Amino acid sequence: MQDFQHSFTYAFRLVVQADATLLEIVSLSLRVSVGATLLACLIGLPLGAILATRDFPGKWLLTVITNTLMGMPPVVLGLLVYMLLSRAGPLGWLEMLYTPGAMILVQFLLVLPIVTALTRQIIEDSWQEYKEQFRSLCLSNTTTILTLLWDTRNGLLTAALAGFARAISEVGAVIIVGGNINHLTRVMTTAIALETSKGDLALALALGMILLSIALVVNALVYSARLRVT
Amino acid sequence: MNISLTGQPVSRKTPARDPSRTSTGLLPLTVRSVNLSIDGTALLKDISLTIDNNKITALMGHNGAGKSLLIRVLHGILTPQSGQVEWNGQPVEDIKVRKRQSMVFQKPVLLRRSVAANIDYVLALRKLSSKTRRDELLQIAGLSEKAKQQARSLSGGEQQRLAIARALATNPEVLLMDEPTANLDPQATSRIESLIHQASEQAIKIILVTHDLAQAQRVADDVIFLDNGNVAEHSSATTFFTQPASAAGHSYISGYLQTATEKRPL
Ligand SMILES: Nc1ncnc2c1ncn2[C@@H]1O[C@H](COP(=O)(O)OP(=O)(O)OP(=O)(O)O)[C@@H](O)[C@H]1O
Ligand SMILES: [Mg+2]
Repeated sequence: MQDFQHSFTYAFRLVVQADATLLEIVSLSLRVSVGATLLACLIGLPLGAILATRDFPGKWLLTVITNTLMGMPPVVLGLLVYMLLSRAGPLGWLEMLYTPGAMILVQFLLVLPIVTALTRQIIEDSWQEYKEQFRSLCLSNTTTILTLLWDTRNGLLTAALAGFARAISEVGAVIIVGGNINHLTRVMTTAIALETSKGDLALALALGMILLSIALVVNALVYSARLRVT
Repeated sequence: MNISLTGQPVSRKTPARDPSRTSTGLLPLTVRSVNLSIDGTALLKDISLTIDNNKITALMGHNGAGKSLLIRVLHGILTPQSGQVEWNGQPVEDIKVRKRQSMVFQKPVLLRRSVAANIDYVLALRKLSSKTRRDELLQIAGLSEKAKQQARSLSGGEQQRLAIARALATNPEVLLMDEPTANLDPQATSRIESLIHQASEQAIKIILVTHDLAQAQRVADDVIFLDNGNVAEHSSATTFFTQPASAAGHSYISGYLQTATEKRPL
């Protein structure tokens, strides 16, 4: 019990004093996950909008694939990316394994199907409603998609944040391709796993508290944005 | 009021466009043998008609007669299996023809933006962006005070007025309306009707689907009566409301005629 209390006090001190190790880990986590989420949105938003509004051969297959990938176990994805990036793998020449780049790649692949599938769902609902009006106004395909993306921005923001939450909380896939190397690829989740196994509960707890606060802030931002817009 | 619905500056020297002239450049509208079926059911059956007046045409008929389908076919957003729709000889499939018309739907589909932004959107789309023009349209719709409000938080009547203002933003030569006053109270209805009259005075051709016989009598110059996917008759409003040519038209208005003649003779 005393041990527990001690860990908490120490964890608080680490956070309050902005401990250098702690900051380094938090900042890498944020850079990797924000980067991966932005990349996933860059592709996932238009892709989801196209899936929702356009008919083309292979659309059915693409929809089924994104929906399936959404439920893919992250460790399996980690393993596949590991094989791809390992020295003998097809992308081995990039020498990306055990770098932040590899972690961004794996998180991007994890978030992309989430953003795409949620975007498709959100846009499809509005599209049914807007379809005739847009046809009446003779909108081009590009204008249609841009208008729908803007008009559903609230829902899409939630989709992006769901993606970010998935990225920043990922452990297994990130450890496989990042290696949890100190000062290089150690992020919050992998550090928590390591420190807990070493018995350094204070650092693990401090990181846990920060992870939770990030989730809190992000959700508060989304909620207040929603209130202002609708 | 010196506000122009068509975006042309109103000058006192030039007389307003004569609404009785027979061509806006898109008239006459010619519909030839249009057949439309969905899932094997014939819904529009060999429809042929010509509209060459530049006034207000009412499209009437029972629920399910095919009015909403027909007005969409006229607008070119629904393509029939066979037959032609031509505006002044040009097929409605031609995007240039379609861009010269606007349609107002029964349930207004407004963008999730402010009232003003909804107008700005359409103005920008047609490369007509102008703050003056936007304010003018808002004033016509009686929504100047609500310019910054979210469009979807407007009342039903206000939403419909915004939808009409937005439809006018493209400077259409033809305005198609599918039951624009369904679900509106009498006051909201009369505001919409005065918008319709104003537009018509600016030489915009209006085709209006309505169930409201009193409304048709107030605004329409001619009536097309649809019965079960067929054109039962196309008469002047006076004829339709006094001695309808078709049995279907007669039975549709007979109840109304009785009550109306009792209260106020036609
Ligand atoms: N997408 C569709 N699929 C199948 N049937 C349809 C479809 N759209 C319309 N119909 C049918 O076509 C007929 C005419 O429909 P329409 O909407 O044109 O009627 P309406 O005259 O506008 O009726 P209301 O006065 O109720 O609006 C109806 O029987 C309707 O059920
Ligand atoms: Mg209808």
